[in-house]
Amino acid sequence: MSRGISHAHSIVEPGPLSRRIAAAVVVVYALVAMVPLAWIFLTSIKTPPDSISYPPKVVFKPSLEGYCNLFTTRSRQTQDYIDTLPPPSGTCERITRERNMVVVGPSNYAPRFVNSLVIAFGSTALSILLGTTAAYAFSRFKVPLRDDLMFFILSTRMMPPIAVAIPIFLMYRELGLSDTRLGMILLYTAVNVSLAVWLLKGFIDEIPREYEEAAMVDGYTRLQAFFRVVLPQAATGIVATAIFCLIFAWNEYAFAVLLTSGEAQTAPPFIPTIIGEGGQDWPAVAAGTTLFLVPILVFTVLLRKQLLRGITFGAVRK
Amino acid sequence: MAEVLLSGVSKRFGDTEAVSGLDLRAGDGEFTVLLGPTGAGKTTTLRLVAGLEKPDAGRIHIGGRDVTATAPAPRDVSFVFQQYSLYPHLSVYDNLAFPLRAPARRLPEAQIRARVEQVAELLRIGDKLANRATQLSGGQMQRVAIGRALVRRPNVYLMDEPLSSLDSKLRAELRVELKRIQRDTGATLLYVTHDQAEALTMATRIGVLDRGRLVQLGAPRDIYEDPVNTYVATRLGSPGINLVPRSLFPGVAAPAATVTIGVRTEHLRVQRDPAGSGRVARIEHLGDQNHLHVTLADATVVVLADPDAPLAVGDAVALQLQSPLFFGADGNRLRH
Ligand SMILES: Nc1ncnc2c1ncn2[C@@H]1O[C@H](COP(=O)(O)OP(=O)(O)O)[C@@H](O)[C@H]1O
Ligand SMILES: [Mg+2]
Repeated sequence: MSRGISHAHSIVEPGPLSRRIAAAVVVVYALVAMVPLAWIFLTSIKTPPDSISYPPKVVFKPSLEGYCNLFTTRSRQTQDYIDTLPPPSGTCERITRERNMVVVGPSNYAPRFVNSLVIAFGSTALSILLGTTAAYAFSRFKVPLRDDLMFFILSTRMMPPIAVAIPIFLMYRELGLSDTRLGMILLYTAVNVSLAVWLLKGFIDEIPREYEEAAMVDGYTRLQAFFRVVLPQAATGIVATAIFCLIFAWNEYAFAVLLTSGEAQTAPPFIPTIIGEGGQDWPAVAAGTTLFLVPILVFTVLLRKQLLRGITFGAVRK
Repeated sequence: MAEVLLSGVSKRFGDTEAVSGLDLRAGDGEFTVLLGPTGAGKTTTLRLVAGLEKPDAGRIHIGGRDVTATAPAPRDVSFVFQQYSLYPHLSVYDNLAFPLRAPARRLPEAQIRARVEQVAELLRIGDKLANRATQLSGGQMQRVAIGRALVRRPNVYLMDEPLSSLDSKLRAELRVELKRIQRDTGATLLYVTHDQAEALTMATRIGVLDRGRLVQLGAPRDIYEDPVNTYVATRLGSPGINLVPRSLFPGVAAPAATVTIGVRTEHLRVQRDPAGSGRVARIEHLGDQNHLHVTLADATVVVLADPDAPLAVGDAVALQLQSPLFFGADGNRLRH
């Protein structure tokens, strides 16, 4: 929109009316899509009785009980015993005592969350590293059987991963990889790397090889040219691919249930196991889910510019 | 600066023989132009010299050193690509400085700055140094691409149709500029074009390529006046040389095997002659000269004529040939 040149809009750009309609559709869709997320968040700040009341409460007094329960383990005590204790030292302690309980220690949520971070980011980094180098080789070199290899790489995604769950379970037990972070990183990398190779090959194919050739003639080695010329131009594609890989690894549930139980358990299999007294502790489950959404949200928002450009697969580049 | 020598170089891509048995010497300090239509193998030849392609056969020497198996960087050449050579993620300044920052021959930043500014001035892009490379017009981008070659003092400059995307005024200016730079620095330049004006004005020697073969190598005048076959003859001259059947000029003394007579537009004398076999079909007025299109039996020849020659469309004329060229059935030149 360069002011002073022309105010007439081009024929390929949508007019004001279609823009408004498009915006309205997007807003309505966003609102509908937000309902479950809003519900999860609201549940996370309800008390357990409010969370299961019927009809559901829309107006209620917010409480941090869900978050307290998420991060602590508690035990029930008699009123007499609680009266002998010194005054509560924090909000959570106070809320817990109102329920005739005392905090005994931290829950497993924090370590599970850390496991999720390590495994998801670790496998994403590894997928991108392997994916970029493999995609570059497939894009630039005469790899023997290139098309067959590319098809093979894609074909690893054709079987539903859970179909190989039992063999992997047995294999991991033999190799001592069961319930280890390394095992989960390798597994998620194996699933993601095919996607990464295919996406990244597309992005790298689009970078004319004359760029590297010019650099190589100018006195750079191929590796130097790769870092100085190819990587910067593939950045948007790499970011988009990384987000796809991260979202898969972060949300993965089936393998995590099967292969992790303690040490390396990630947050997704842990959250549903949060039990309160006499049933599921829904506010705590909702609190765990809400916090679980944060890293992906932050990552995506921080990189949204690259992501948007990347997802259009180069169409807006140039 | 150094001499470039290709001996018996061949390169295939699948079924196409892009370059076949090419022998070429681009002398030290010479401006050698490779001329040929699209697909003649010009780009491939430059890429072979730069080391971006490996020849299937033959040897390549730069400055007396056999570089046939050498990687591009140590050959120390500069390459201006036909397209795509600016890094979109870098500024114009950084694009120009890029070759000087190569780890293999890194210069101090102060020297880099001096060189970049000097070259930018020369190519009149001094005010664009801070721009991103993508914020330039096509002509400016191409000048940056040329500038990126000129910041270095390599063994050889290789340029692949560097002026083809410029408008004609800038092209004419840069033609003179490039020639001047080359003469002043004594650079060895291997320059590819399909534009005959560029070839004629800049070249020390012109090599004419046809389907991967070098057909003729010589000074521009030799190529123009003394072509070895009809292919070379039609490469130069605007309008092109007239090629007419020998039978249309029975009075001309020609070698026995002559099938075609070639005569350049400026080598035809035309006179009004009611008994003449030609007829003026069309007159193109170009200001300082006229092109007469004269039909002669079923052929048409173009004649360069004085603008004030008293001729009109429909006039019967007689044609006289000066220094005609004779070609045999295979298109090769025949000499007396
Ligand atoms: N990388 C390549 N793969 C396949 N064919 C190629 C390749 N490079 C060039 N060719 C073919 O070789 C011939 C010569 O090409 P080129 O050297 O680019 O010609 P020019 O630069 O004179 O137009 C053409 O027929 C072209 O199609
Ligand atoms: Mg070419």
